[in-house]
Amino acid sequence: MRHAISVLVDNEAGVLSRVVGLFSGRGFNIESLSVAPTMDPTKSKIVITTTGNDAVLEQIKKQLNKLINVIKVVDCTDKDYVEREMVIVKVRAEAETRAEVLRIADIFRAKVIDVSPASYTLSLTGDVRKLEGFIEILSPVGILDFIRTGTVVMEREMQGRRKL
Amino acid sequence: MKKITGAQAFIESLRQEGVKDVFGYPGGAVLDIFDALMDASDIHFVLTRHEQGAVHAADGYARATGRTGVCIVTSGPGATNTVTGVATACMDSIPLVVFTGQVSTHLIGNDAFQEADIVGITRPCTKHNYLVKDVADLPRVIKEAFYIARTGRPGPVLVDIPKNVQQALIAFRYPDQVRLESYNPTYRGHAGQIRRVLGVILKSRRPVIYAGGGIVLSNSSPELTEFARKLNIPVTTTLMGMGVFPSGDPLAMGMLGMHGTYAANLAVTNADCLIALGARFDDRVTGKVDEFAPRAKIVHIDIDPTSISKNVRVDLPIVGDCRMVLQGMLAELEGKGDEVSEMQAGVAPWLAQIDSWKLEQPLRYCQGELIKPQHVVEMVDELAPDDTIITTEVGQNQMWTAQFYRFREPRHFLTSGGLGTMGYGFPAAIGAQVAFPDRTVIDIAGDGSIQMNIQEIATAVQYKLPVKVFILNNTYLGMVRQWQSLFYRKRYSHTSMATSPDFVKLAEAYGAHGIRVDRPDQVKGAILEALAIKGPVFVDFVVDPEEDVYPMVPAGTAICNMLLV
Repeated sequence: MRHAISVLVDNEAGVLSRVVGLFSGRGFNIESLSVAPTMDPTKSKIVITTTGNDAVLEQIKKQLNKLINVIKVVDCTDKDYVEREMVIVKVRAEAETRAEVLRIADIFRAKVIDVSPASYTLSLTGDVRKLEGFIEILSPVGILDFIRTGTVVMEREMQGRRKL
Repeated sequence: MKKITGAQAFIESLRQEGVKDVFGYPGGAVLDIFDALMDASDIHFVLTRHEQGAVHAADGYARATGRTGVCIVTSGPGATNTVTGVATACMDSIPLVVFTGQVSTHLIGNDAFQEADIVGITRPCTKHNYLVKDVADLPRVIKEAFYIARTGRPGPVLVDIPKNVQQALIAFRYPDQVRLESYNPTYRGHAGQIRRVLGVILKSRRPVIYAGGGIVLSNSSPELTEFARKLNIPVTTTLMGMGVFPSGDPLAMGMLGMHGTYAANLAVTNADCLIALGARFDDRVTGKVDEFAPRAKIVHIDIDPTSISKNVRVDLPIVGDCRMVLQGMLAELEGKGDEVSEMQAGVAPWLAQIDSWKLEQPLRYCQGELIKPQHVVEMVDELAPDDTIITTEVGQNQMWTAQFYRFREPRHFLTSGGLGTMGYGFPAAIGAQVAFPDRTVIDIAGDGSIQMNIQEIATAVQYKLPVKVFILNNTYLGMVRQWQSLFYRKRYSHTSMATSPDFVKLAEAYGAHGIRVDRPDQVKGAILEALAIKGPVFVDFVVDPEEDVYPMVPAGTAICNMLLV
């Protein structure tokens, strides 16, 4: 099962390397990664999406907590949370498909951020399933390239209540 | 406030930490620290002949005393030479602080002379590490390094100090306390969980205690002994736990695992309750995990949450310091006289069963024309004083020592368990001898392992450290040969060590004593002679080259599946 783990760390040189090194050294998998400073500039937030059974996830959380620079580890999968990532897709758009690409972009509420005679470059923000759906639908048209960010997550303010 | 250099602040910080003995090796990037060291007559420095030797010596010092071992080495090759020692200490949870010199901050990243990214290299094999880029941080970092090394599950901490930081000036003030938001080891076990665990233990009728290095590190051997005796629970120890329970006690079963005793391995396999104390279910202990203690409720007490349910599913975990948890359990037992006597009586058939296993298949070997290595270990056990510190190298010498030397107290046996580092025993013995100049310290070595750090004989001679090295010389890398013999159709690929130096002449060349014996009737005399000599001695015991270590559990099989003699 896919888990999004949010790791609050000291914003110091080498901390990301400790976290990433832990995953590679112990054979844990990283599917995506995002890292940036938080509201408190002395701290950074790392969000790692990973897969594994309960025992593996338990070890990942414990091993992360064991690192001296790790302040807090939250497995968002246990909670109500919102998540977003972004994708930029360069898609073939020649005379016969230009309109189709724009229709798909419209359906997904993607933005056109670059145009050339033979292609559109689109950007889309959403959760993983939406992004994957978008890429799947665009594929037959001819994707030239795409790039995705890691996931960012935030716990919902009202845990365990009606989702807004 | 008068300003001092970083190097002087470094020395002052060591003083504040109560450091008396330091092991190391100088070099370009630590010249300033070594210069300041010359003015610190209260800090005793031991110059080893290789940085690896320095770290193992500091490690042996730490294991023998319980204090934090300290090393100082230079940048680049000095630093990289410490890596095996640091990894050894990390696997066995030994408190060390290793200081490495580094090139000046403006040169870092430029592939400068003797530059190595030692913080990057040692990240996975230290508990934590630091690069100090500003002299203002130096006192705080040193304070934190010692604190992290010795608290919680102990381990090595490396501090990398660039040359210009050593030279920079600082108004020195050593912090009173450590503030680490994210590091708060749990010492006190959960009271409710302690009660629950005790409930399960008191109902068990085939209990086994499986005690590891955590008992040594938490100094809880007296509590463990009291607990086991109070409830009549038989005790097996890991290699790291040798000595935490008196080997002469009727409840003692010796070591478990790959070369464990028949009784211990069968007891674990048939137990209805296994109480793991400060042990981590290493693969050399468990064998095939699915068949390890298959009938037992498993209780696991450990200060490190990551050890719990890592290798083996645990039914009842307690995160905490073994000593505090055992004290809590002993206190809980106070009001439970009836249940205690019920259990004491209830386990009688189990203890009788274990006694019969002990009689059925004791540890044994056959005497022959040639010296048997087990015989040497038995004679050392008989002849050496009670407070002798034994170190070993890794391989057959280590297993025979664990099997045939009757350890009575913790911190008397220093060996590289987790990493299995050949070349550990001799420098570790030197470290232990520095800590205890008046005690007997013996390294039981193999002819292969001893050659991995044999240069340290010069250190022993220079500092008049009367370490005894007993080489069980079988002209092979014996443990590897044993595996080749059993599992690789006796194809002895590159395990012959027929070309070794003349250890007697070698010892003499360094200014030490050398003795060689090749007949069983000379063993006792040689040991007595060596023990009587006031300086370092190498004794070359020419032993049976084909002797193997038994029992043996083939790797990956259940521990009840033992090859016997």
